[in-house]
Amino acid sequence: MRARRGLSHTHVGSLHAPDAELALRNARDLYTRRQEGVSIWVVPASAITASSPDEKDAFFDPAADKVYRHPTFYEVPDGVAHL
Amino acid sequence: MSSLFDFALALGDDALIAAQRLGEWTSRAPEMEEDIALANIALDQLGAARLLLTYAGELEGAGRDEDALAYLRGDREFRNCLLVELPNGDFAVTMAKLFLLAAYQLPLYTALSGCADERLAAIGAKARKESAYHLDHASLWVKRLGDGTDESHRRMQDAVDQVWPYTHELFTADPAAPVDPATLRADFDAVVSAVLDAATLTRPADGWAPGGGRAGVHTEHLSYLLAEMQVLHRAHPGASW
Repeated sequence: MRARRGLSHTHVGSLHAPDAELALRNARDLYTRRQEGVSIWVVPASAITASSPDEKDAFFDPAADKVYRHPTFYEVPDGVAHL
Repeated sequence: MSSLFDFALALGDDALIAAQRLGEWTSRAPEMEEDIALANIALDQLGAARLLLTYAGELEGAGRDEDALAYLRGDREFRNCLLVELPNGDFAVTMAKLFLLAAYQLPLYTALSGCADERLAAIGAKARKESAYHLDHASLWVKRLGDGTDESHRRMQDAVDQVWPYTHELFTADPAAPVDPATLRADFDAVVSAVLDAATLTRPADGWAPGGGRAGVHTEHLSYLLAEMQVLHRAHPGASW
């Protein structure tokens, strides 16, 4: 669901539907009742490849001690806007 | 039909009775998603009914508001078409009724949005978007059930055959009305034929054409519906949340 123009789509939920066309309409009925969105994507669950909690250590922990990946070692010159 | 009051009342009653019938599906639809979809559509109809009945009450000038018109009339005083009061039947019958009603309401509200009466034009402009969705929703189901399994095809065709005769009443000519219903027939026929074709369904032959709803002569089903809809208000007049 995209809440407004300019924002990106975010996941709002899951639902049952016999096909994509009806999934889109079911999503409209379930998730836009209170003006939550201006655009909907539906994706079949079978098309999603997800990371597994078992892979958490190998996937995400190595980033914890790589402080040099954060752009925090630069000094921002005075007067530079929009950085 | 004779006056603007009668016109607004008839349209308001169509929407009100359609809302009440659709509301009967709440918690009973084939799947949760459809349950919410039908409730959404019922609430759209109820919203249109409130606007139309409020306006009808003002036009009448007898001090009746939307509640008085909805809850304190008997069945002979209702002006809805027979189509909306028919029992829901199975899901196919409900979809056939919704499909045919939306195929009528969409061109009706669209034409109304351009009529000379400002209030009716505003109501039409709001309701036509909702009707477009109702038509879309019902069309998808008619196609899927019609072009589905042998069993779903049989039941969808039965449903269309069953409610078809009640569509003729919708287009009874009334040249004095803000929108003459007879002028909507071409749009209705085009949409219905296209969807029925895609659904591999046969358009029923025109023949028996029951009517009388606009004159207050209803099927036996309406008074039962009204009894349930009106019982609380009649037991506790003026009650509010």
